[in-house]
Amino acid sequence: MAFREKARILDEEGMRRVLLRITHEILEKNKTISDLAVIGIRTRGAYLAERIIGLIEEIDKFKVPLGILDINLYRDDLTLLSAQPIIHKTEIDFDITDKKIILVDDVLFTGRTIRCALDALIDFGRPKLIQLAVLIDRGHRELPIRADYVGKNVPTSLKENINVKLKEVDGIDEVVIEERING
Amino acid sequence: MVNWTGKDLLGLEDLSKEEIELILERADSFKEISLRPIKKVPTLRGKTVVLFFFEPSTRTRTSFELAAKRLSADTVSISANTSSMVKGETLKDTVKNIEAMKVDIIVMRHSASGAPHLLAKTVEASVINAGDGCHEHPTQALLDMFTIKEKKGKISGLKISIIGDIAHSRVARSNIWGLTKLGAEVTVCGPPTLIPQGIEKFPVKVTYDIKEAIKDADVLNILRIQLERQKSNLFPSLREYALNFGIDLEKLKFAKPDVLIMHPGPINRGVEISPEVADGPYSVILEQVTNGIAVRMAVLYLVSQKSK
Amino acid sequence: MVLIKGGYLVDPGNKREGVFDILIADGKVIKIEKEINQDAERLINAQGKFILPGLIDMHCHLREPGREDEETLLSGSWAGIRGGFTTLCCMPNTQPPIDNQGVVEYIYNENRKIGLIDIFPIGAITKNREGKELTEIGELKRAGVVAISDDGNCVMDSEVMRRAMEYSKMFDLLVISHCEDINLSCGGLMNEGYISSILGLKGIPRQAETIMVARDLELARLTQARLHIAHVSTKEAVELIRQAKKEGIKVTSETCPHYFSLNEETILGYNTNCKVNPPLRTQEDIEAIKEGLRDGTIDVIATDHAPHTDFEKDTEFEQASFGIIGLETALGITLKELVETKIITLSQLVERMVLYPAKIVGMEKGTIDIGEPAEFIILDLHKSWKVEKEKIVSKSKNTPFLNWTLPGVIEYVFAKGKMVLGNTN
Repeated sequence: MAFREKARILDEEGMRRVLLRITHEILEKNKTISDLAVIGIRTRGAYLAERIIGLIEEIDKFKVPLGILDINLYRDDLTLLSAQPIIHKTEIDFDITDKKIILVDDVLFTGRTIRCALDALIDFGRPKLIQLAVLIDRGHRELPIRADYVGKNVPTSLKENINVKLKEVDGIDEVVIEERING
Repeated sequence: MVNWTGKDLLGLEDLSKEEIELILERADSFKEISLRPIKKVPTLRGKTVVLFFFEPSTRTRTSFELAAKRLSADTVSISANTSSMVKGETLKDTVKNIEAMKVDIIVMRHSASGAPHLLAKTVEASVINAGDGCHEHPTQALLDMFTIKEKKGKISGLKISIIGDIAHSRVARSNIWGLTKLGAEVTVCGPPTLIPQGIEKFPVKVTYDIKEAIKDADVLNILRIQLERQKSNLFPSLREYALNFGIDLEKLKFAKPDVLIMHPGPINRGVEISPEVADGPYSVILEQVTNGIAVRMAVLYLVSQKSK
Repeated sequence: MVLIKGGYLVDPGNKREGVFDILIADGKVIKIEKEINQDAERLINAQGKFILPGLIDMHCHLREPGREDEETLLSGSWAGIRGGFTTLCCMPNTQPPIDNQGVVEYIYNENRKIGLIDIFPIGAITKNREGKELTEIGELKRAGVVAISDDGNCVMDSEVMRRAMEYSKMFDLLVISHCEDINLSCGGLMNEGYISSILGLKGIPRQAETIMVARDLELARLTQARLHIAHVSTKEAVELIRQAKKEGIKVTSETCPHYFSLNEETILGYNTNCKVNPPLRTQEDIEAIKEGLRDGTIDVIATDHAPHTDFEKDTEFEQASFGIIGLETALGITLKELVETKIITLSQLVERMVLYPAKIVGMEKGTIDIGEPAEFIILDLHKSWKVEKEKIVSKSKNTPFLNWTLPGVIEYVFAKGKMVLGNTN
């Protein structure tokens, strides 16, 4: 499938401001942060989680723990995928029981990834609560899932694709909408 | 990055370097699951794994069973004395019956070399070789390699000596193929009666001198000596075997200070390895067992992901 | 009357080779001439085709009595005919074994009823082929055995073998030896070496054969008896026999098509159709056997046709039976591996597959003679055929040559004066 860039929704500065706002919202909603932990969903959610932890540290001078979740083992479409997903390590080296978990992903779409992540998290313990933070909410939910913190709501058609690029992996911070061509 | 395309895992001789690396990388991701409070992921939910053991085995069968269960697969365990094989049914008949019950993966241990290959040709289910005769034991070698990589950070360039009954060892064969494909230098050591014919065509060095095998080695993989071999005059007595090839503290004086001691188990203490060495600081024998589960989870996962 | 016109006759026994017409009346050859012009009920145009005397297999297993699920005298006859054989010598490892007059007579009687081709039994050397007590060799001879052998088993006791050879001399009866030191080969499944080590299968060292070849050659020297070494598979055995012949020992030998066409590597993947005893060896052995066939050290190409059912072969390698069927493919493999490659001529092929086996077992056969029943095949060497399981007429299908394309289509077979295979389409 080939895609053509249609519009750029966020640039580097835009992304920084959005993440800062999300961080402030997190701090406002969760009065105490001593029991807070941020867990990102591989790949890009993990880097966003790391950035949010950095921003919290800048603001409150407190470093909350970071967890990284690989949800591939929990997918409900493993047998449908033509390409084999690459399984990476899940790295949660703290006990999540009674913690307030901020789950971070780049794009919220059907909600199925979040469903997997919730299943996976529950296998690690019983958190006090789980909140969801996403950079982009593009709609088209297939499950009753909604984000607590949204960077940007971007109504899309199913022919479109949201491409989140991060410096850590892609060398650039930006979010673009792409449109499918010839297909 | 290669994809896994095989239906089965029958041996490491058939695998490429990249495929072996893929299994080891996946195993690394799976290892963490066994450390969780809830040691289970739903990945193979609804899949049926049959553990078909025609030879006694506690370790390998348990390891596969736990690996399958931690991936949420259903497991059925059949051992030779409980199956109908004793009534004269052929292997093929038995297996076709099992397959008619719609199973997805068959893990097989058999005393005949090539039995899993016969099975793999017969059934649609994936077949994983859990040891066939004197041929291969791929998951044991994979967990050995995983442990070496974990401890030494690499495999390429390491000097690894395999000591004992090379001729009848499926562990030795799988290790030789796997390790050399990943760039290790393998030496095999044992009495000439336990070194296979045609060894000069294998990618290994051969020595009958245990000191030679120990000196400079980064890893010593010590094989279990089968007591029944003595009966076929392959060595005169266990005592003499232990004297010449049993790894004890005295012989380890020739070893590198950071040598790894491995053994696929079960151990004959005081024969091929002395208790002090088996339980000593260089020994990673129990870590091999732990890693076995991660490696087998990776293998079960990969064969279930075979190209559709 | 049948008139066969224009075929190229290869009959080394009569030193006759060239284009000849052959006239058959009442099942007998009545004329062999450069040009016969005569009315006949049937005219066969054999122009561009070869006419060879019917092939003689001095080593095959027809399984009757005892294992009629694998092969019978009838199915074996048809398999032979399809492969161009008009005479078969069947080995005594039947159930019961051919170690007494009764079984010999049974085979002759049954085959008389079938009446397609000649089948001559080979008797056992020892009772029940156990290598201990000699059979009543004289009585076997009178009943009609053409040789004695414990084939499949080696007579391990040198004293027993010596006495068998000595005793047979008075009947001028051939002793065929299956050379295998079973203590050395014990439990072995294939040739010992790199390939057996890769596969983790117990090996049979080549010395299991050569040690016994050497022993039997010495016993032949001692006893002055006629010895025939069955299924030679190693280069060392070829060399021992070559040397013995030079020294005047009365020895002849045979090999089988699989020993000059397949090496041990064909077993990779646990191909049980390549499991045979003696085992397939190495390329070096193949070359030595070809040389032995070329220079005459090896006199005979026999099939060692050893039928086994699917369930005996489609199993774990160590459980699978030893043996390869060969009647239908022997001529094709020999043409492909030896004649097309110019190692032997077609005339030498006839020597090794007709003339010498007849001479060695002492039968008055192997030539195309006026006044004798028609017994020859018409072969089209311009055509080839593919070995397909469905087309095998033997009851068993255990051949490693499936899907091989082989030269030479047999269009007609005349046996005992009758046309038993004819190109009707």
